[in-house]
Amino acid sequence: MTESTSPSFAGLEVGQVVAEREAIITRDTLVRYAGASGDFNPIHYNDVIAEEVGLPGVIAHGMLTMGVGASVVEEWAGAGNVSDYQVRFTRPIPVPNPGEAVVAISAKIGALDEERRTARVDLTVEFDGAKVLGKAQAVVDCE
Amino acid sequence: MPVNADAVGRSYGPFEPYEVTRVKIREFADAVDAYSGAHRDVAVAQAEGYEDLVAPTTFAVIIAQKSEFHVVTDPEVGVDFSMVVHGEERFTHVRPLVAGDVIYTTVHIDSIKQRAGISMVTTRAELTDVDGAPVSTVTSTLAVREVA
Repeated sequence: MTESTSPSFAGLEVGQVVAEREAIITRDTLVRYAGASGDFNPIHYNDVIAEEVGLPGVIAHGMLTMGVGASVVEEWAGAGNVSDYQVRFTRPIPVPNPGEAVVAISAKIGALDEERRTARVDLTVEFDGAKVLGKAQAVVDCE
Repeated sequence: MPVNADAVGRSYGPFEPYEVTRVKIREFADAVDAYSGAHRDVAVAQAEGYEDLVAPTTFAVIIAQKSEFHVVTDPEVGVDFSMVVHGEERFTHVRPLVAGDVIYTTVHIDSIKQRAGISMVTTRAELTDVDGAPVSTVTSTLAVREVA
């Protein structure tokens, strides 16, 4: 059904970087994601509450980081072609006010399944020189 | 009060169905910087073979978290939501969600593992269409710290 946009399996190689992006996260980004997702946990907009529960201040929604990661994969894979996507949230991303958090995202081919014609895309997502997601893997349906 | 490990195996739902709309798909795509025209322009989505706007990969979290709310607010499970940190998340899609979908959800508590003052609670939300056909599975693990 999505033949027109799914990437071609032929020619893909393990280790190949298929997409990269620097994502800028600000307090505005968090408010926008809270509204879009319905996740209104105050640790994502209220410094006092975030500090009360032992955080350094307001942090980004893990699901925002995961969602932007998916967008980077989709940029290569096309919309609707990621059939499986998993992450572990290993480190929070504090978002200053004023200011911004810069997140570096890189997507590369981790494994290829010739029979199913799927590519496993492994994401590296880093903030401040450290990985914030573990085992971030997306399975992409190819042609 | 710690999380009640005996709650494993509980199920909740199905709940009032969630209607996937064009407006929400566009809003979510903007929020996660998903740039594809297939999230915004019906003609583009249809040219790519979809009936209507296609949802970004993690859009199903909106629907899953509504169902997970019933788990974390169940007093017999005993989750203190202020002590919750998101541990893991996984989406397995049979097909992408598209605008116009009406989705029913049932959520299950698959496991509760406790060690060193932390309970890892894993839920699995099963999303189906109006005909009962599976659309997506969303698995979520919450780390709940015990209050000392």
